Amino acid sequence: MNKNSKLWIVLKGIIAENPVLVLVLGTCPVLAVSTSIVSAISMGIAATLVLICSNTLISLLRKIIPDTVRIPCYIVVIAGFVTIIQMLLQAFLPDIYTLLGTWLSLIVVNCIILGRAEMYARKNGPLDSALDGLGMGIGFLVALLAMAAIREILGTGAINLTALGMESITIPVLSEYNIPLLTSAPGGFLVYGILIAVVNMIGPKKGAEKRKNFSCEGCPSASICGRVSCSENAELVSASENNTLVENKTEKEEA
Amino acid sequence: MLKELLYIVLVGVFANNYVLQQTTGICPFLGVSKKIDQASGMGIAVTFVMLVATAVTYPIQKHVLEAFNLEYLQTIVFILVIAALVQFVEIVLKKFIPALYKSLGVYLPLITTNCAVLGIAIDNLSYEYVTNYGTALLSSLGVGLGFLFAMVLFAGVRSRIENCPSPKAIQGLPITLIAASIVSLAFYGFAGVIDGMLGMA
Repeated sequence: MNKNSKLWIVLKGIIAENPVLVLVLGTCPVLAVSTSIVSAISMGIAATLVLICSNTLISLLRKIIPDTVRIPCYIVVIAGFVTIIQMLLQAFLPDIYTLLGTWLSLIVVNCIILGRAEMYARKNGPLDSALDGLGMGIGFLVALLAMAAIREILGTGAINLTALGMESITIPVLSEYNIPLLTSAPGGFLVYGILIAVVNMIGPKKGAEKRKNFSCEGCPSASICGRVSCSENAELVSASENNTLVENKTEKEEA
Repeated sequence: MLKELLYIVLVGVFANNYVLQQTTGICPFLGVSKKIDQASGMGIAVTFVMLVATAVTYPIQKHVLEAFNLEYLQTIVFILVIAALVQFVEIVLKKFIPALYKSLGVYLPLITTNCAVLGIAIDNLSYEYVTNYGTALLSSLGVGLGFLFAMVLFAGVRSRIENCPSPKAIQGLPITLIAASIVSLAFYGFAGVIDGMLGMA
């Protein structure tokens, strides 16, 4: 497929560069919110909306925002959109608002959103950035949904829909033989680990090197710390990332 | 009274461990837990920032946001305050305590986007046992120490994993997450212990 087409920009976020399963960004909400399918879907949609809006706005402002203070600027933009989403949910879907609780505010510090602003939106036009946000958001949603489906169905043997005002669906055999552990924190770690292992096995081998270690891509501090302080995986940083580093350096020198 | 204060700290460290029970702050937990000295450095830095962040955000919430009905600005105000604070702490350390800056400095910029810091600043406002400024600070201290404890503990586990052969598909992150699951399971057992030990149940 043509790597520059608009469709590819959306699709790569869902499969090839899935933020959760391939880039391993935004782990905290994935583990915390995937206890039920309803909360996973609402979190995914909320994060996608914030991601599309913030990517578009940051891309529009990319020539105005000074390079040295870009991270605080991005944080303000993202926090603004998160506040809007919070207010909308509080007004129209109060049950979902209470279900997500603190995690709604914590979208601000979700590495995916800041990471895409840093990696994509500040280098590309508004339309491409919005599409990238859409793709990444859907990728996040799909991964969350996969986790939540495994954890809720195997963990409780039912699908809880009370937050939507509907009756819960009970699954015949599983409701008697479920694994309650899966809905708790240890189960979250376990399911996430196994999912990444499955993606490692069936996924393209190209990105395998990157997946071994925690990537610095989403970390806004990567340029400050020189990508060494987390995992000392400087030698594993892929060529593309090196290119961005070099680009950053030349940009600074030019400035 | 002393018992209640001890309870707040212990709950933060064990029963309500932010990393292993609440699954916040996973990025540094997986990223910086390869060596014990790095893990403890990050843990101390996070504890410190959590304390300072609570020390500033709690009065802001009580005396500014709630007083003027501006609660909806909570997210944006808190994250800005934390970002500014981290920057400020970094500058002060660099200037006055260079030795400490050398050991903690590299971790500080990473903490701005650590969801555990923003998480505790917001959660402190809803915990039952946080009734005033003092208990808010204690709760943050407990959670910070819990983060430190989890990091150091897991760094030990991880150095063992590195030396063990494992199937190719689960090498790296998957086996780390599965190990985290087992460590987290151990913390699961603390839930009732604290209550029973201090007779709070």
